[in-house]
Amino acid sequence: MKDLLSVEDLSIGFGRDPSVVEGVSFSLKPGGTLALVGESGSGKTITCRAILRILPKAAQLRSGRVVLNGRDGERVLSSMTEKEMRAVRGDAVSMIFQEPMRSLSPLHRIGNQISEVLWLHRGATEAQAKRKVLETFEHVGFPDPERAYRSYPFELSGGMRQRAMIAMAMVGEPELLIADEPTTALDVTTQAQVLGLIRQLQADTGMALILVTHDLGVVANMAKDVVVMHKGRVMESGPAEPVLMTPAHAYTKKLIAAAPAIPEPTDEPAPPPAEVTDPILTLKDVSKTYTMRSGMGRETLIHACQHVSLVLPRGKTLAIVGESGSGKSTAARIALGAELPDPGGQVMFTPDPGGETLNVHAMDRTQRTMLQRRAQMVFQDPYSSLSPRMRILDALTEPLDIHNIGTKAERRERAEEMLRQVSLGPDMLKRFPHAFSGGQRQRLSIARALTLNPALLVCDEPTSALDVSVQEQILTLLEDIRDRLGLSYLFISHDLAVVSRIADEVAVMRRGLIVEQARPEQLFNDPHHPYTKALIAARPEPDISRPIDLSLVAQGAGSPETWPEAFRMTNTEFPELSTLSPGHKVRCHV
Amino acid sequence: MTQLPDGRYVDDAPFDADAGLTTPERADLDAPNALLVWRKFRRHKLGLISGAFLLLCYLLLPVAGFFAPYAPNDRHPDHQYKAPESIRLFHEGSFIGPYIYSVEEVLDMETYTYKYIPDTDTPLPLKFFCLGDQWQVFGLIPSNRHLFCSPTEDPIFLWGSDQLGRDVFSRILYGAQLSLTVGLIGISVSFFFGIGLGSIAGYFGGRIDWVIQRVIEILRSLPELPLWLALSAAVPSNWGPVAVFFIISIILGILDWPGMARAVRAKFLSLREEEFVRAAEMMGAPSGRVIRRHLIPNFSSHLIASATLSIPAMILGETALSFLGLGLRAPAVSWGVMLNDAQNLASIEIYPWLAIPMIPIIVVVLAFNFFGDGLRDSLDPYES
Repeated sequence: MKDLLSVEDLSIGFGRDPSVVEGVSFSLKPGGTLALVGESGSGKTITCRAILRILPKAAQLRSGRVVLNGRDGERVLSSMTEKEMRAVRGDAVSMIFQEPMRSLSPLHRIGNQISEVLWLHRGATEAQAKRKVLETFEHVGFPDPERAYRSYPFELSGGMRQRAMIAMAMVGEPELLIADEPTTALDVTTQAQVLGLIRQLQADTGMALILVTHDLGVVANMAKDVVVMHKGRVMESGPAEPVLMTPAHAYTKKLIAAAPAIPEPTDEPAPPPAEVTDPILTLKDVSKTYTMRSGMGRETLIHACQHVSLVLPRGKTLAIVGESGSGKSTAARIALGAELPDPGGQVMFTPDPGGETLNVHAMDRTQRTMLQRRAQMVFQDPYSSLSPRMRILDALTEPLDIHNIGTKAERRERAEEMLRQVSLGPDMLKRFPHAFSGGQRQRLSIARALTLNPALLVCDEPTSALDVSVQEQILTLLEDIRDRLGLSYLFISHDLAVVSRIADEVAVMRRGLIVEQARPEQLFNDPHHPYTKALIAARPEPDISRPIDLSLVAQGAGSPETWPEAFRMTNTEFPELSTLSPGHKVRCHV
Repeated sequence: MTQLPDGRYVDDAPFDADAGLTTPERADLDAPNALLVWRKFRRHKLGLISGAFLLLCYLLLPVAGFFAPYAPNDRHPDHQYKAPESIRLFHEGSFIGPYIYSVEEVLDMETYTYKYIPDTDTPLPLKFFCLGDQWQVFGLIPSNRHLFCSPTEDPIFLWGSDQLGRDVFSRILYGAQLSLTVGLIGISVSFFFGIGLGSIAGYFGGRIDWVIQRVIEILRSLPELPLWLALSAAVPSNWGPVAVFFIISIILGILDWPGMARAVRAKFLSLREEEFVRAAEMMGAPSGRVIRRHLIPNFSSHLIASATLSIPAMILGETALSFLGLGLRAPAVSWGVMLNDAQNLASIEIYPWLAIPMIPIIVVVLAFNFFGDGLRDSLDPYES
């Protein structure tokens, strides 16, 4: 069989700088699936954009040939005129982008935007186009195609918007679909469903797919062929199975080793939990309700957290896991006193064993200072957590400066000491944060959080903005620091695999409610709640032999009415958390 | 590239799996913000030229008297409405240095206007570094030295003279002293109110924000020109020129701050959400410290750019007021005051050089705009 697409010796660069993509070659059979894998800066997005020639203005194609050999005969995409290229885009080759919100025009109805493809490429009339679009909508799984046709992008959820994007790409019946990180911005259960949809469509229409992603789990679930890129060069390429199972290149090995995985279920009985005698942080029945005014004086109550009770034993890690909007960050903010809980909720913080216990939301000035010193936060985005105008030295000594601790020389010494704690060198002190990579900056912000000698560290998705290999290093560092300094972590994450490795106890949150809470080995061996099962099943594993179980995902992530009787709940009425076995709590009717 | 038996390609270039942890990834960005902005601004040619031109203008202000042959209010009653004369370099094909011709004034009995007939036979070389009217370096040290003077008894008017026989060229140079500084003082006032109120509104939000926003909206809704007129009409007419000058600048500043306050507030709102600000707050930094150490440094460059873009409005405001006779008053000299003489269409038709002060206004306002644009484009040095 002839190749549908072949890319030969592609090199792309900006200005006079060295090439950002160098000598990249790959080919794709009709109906095949190729994954371009790499971390940020690997040139994978630029490469796939070069196929459709939608590169940034400053980029030049330095060498290479892109040949498409499909239903319209052999066409050399790299040497076509702009006008000929327009006839290819959206017709034979179409593309899906990462951000579903930004890829749809907010001012046009969804149906209109998608029909445009047909008006442009097929010269269809409005009625013909609409019929075709409605058909596609049904195909991509819109429950009510007519309604979707009339809606504006803001009326749809992220997953639905991405479906609309896929419909837009599919409506022209392309031979090749290029998907640039199509599911990175989505929640894990939505991601699983969208991936399932893409695979289904591929099977139905026989189109080929280029999938650009950083997630080896997605690759293992989708791709037949893999191209691993690093710094603009191909490190390893070939069929997915050998590349993922027995990687040959050092970089591929490193990537696969770093990818976090949910542990395989084991039959070993979990050890009985120890009695918590010395909790550092206790949340008692914490709820948070926001009032949203929605026109005409009507008020809607939004329950960000409902009856959250958690205990963090000293020296342990308690993880809160949930998808966006589950209330996990709100719980963390309340725990740190940045927000007030609804009346009735209480947060107790005991910085030192046997010492004074602070009620976080009723403190006097000295107690507040104590909290600010002994409880610190590590933020999600390393690019925004350090002020671009402050040298590293100033950023690291700022906590000491605020609390008026030590002389200038002592502060500097402390900053150097903190840099050593996070395995960075003291020569960094006079530099600016922008010189450093995401991983290095996350280390710096951990160092800053450690400066005041805290007892509790609240980590709000500390690795979700980082590449997998860096994520691995940061997690190791966090574990290492916890054991060395005897810290306790409240760890917020959306990723069960990350949590499974670092946490001593995991609470799974869904729409403000904790639905299941257990130690990781209990939770992964024997999940009870359908939502937990869905989260575990939806997590793509970098292991070809463990594909996503879509039926589990669909059930658990769907509405509670589809859950088994014991777990049913509505927004206002829900069962209590009941202890099924020691240390394992599930929200169900017993 | 090596091909493995199972059809795989593997890159065979050496690869270091544990690349250095302490080496900066973007060494090119390892510099203070000002330096990064400068590196980017340097590539903005138009902005760079405008900036250099403005710098030169402001540096020359204190020594304007050296370049002006006459004092601004020096009258030459015998030489009213004299036309501009040009400085020539070549006489009958040979270079003899800068010189002028002597000009004879003849009254045309038909049109009742003066005609100027140059005597093209005898070139009169200019005198340089000669003594003339007294002026003060930085307004302090008296000096009599001028760059050039007339070679004859008759005065030299490069850009003509007005109805009192005052040299337009000298007046433009002296006028620059007031016209260019009015913007600086105005902008300081505007900064003071704009940053103060804008940051309070942006940082604290709530009721204070509501009040400040409403004040801004009310100020913005007042028609500008009548308000200027009313305010400047309220300045007592017996005040000296310097007092009037300050009051005018302050009025301009007071009317400008709402725009500045809005920009500051918007920037505050977005910066407040940045994690480094939240981090500082959680460490226990008081509001004042957060504003001073974290927020203001991070948008100071935006402030400078927006200031650069509002100075022209101040210059134009002063010009408009003075043109209408409500701003600065004689004996003070500014470009607007000079244009006051050009109000009469008939006199512009006959003596077009009276409108020359428009040229420096246009040039300076354009230069500020180009400079401000260039700055604004270079503000975010971290991208690309």
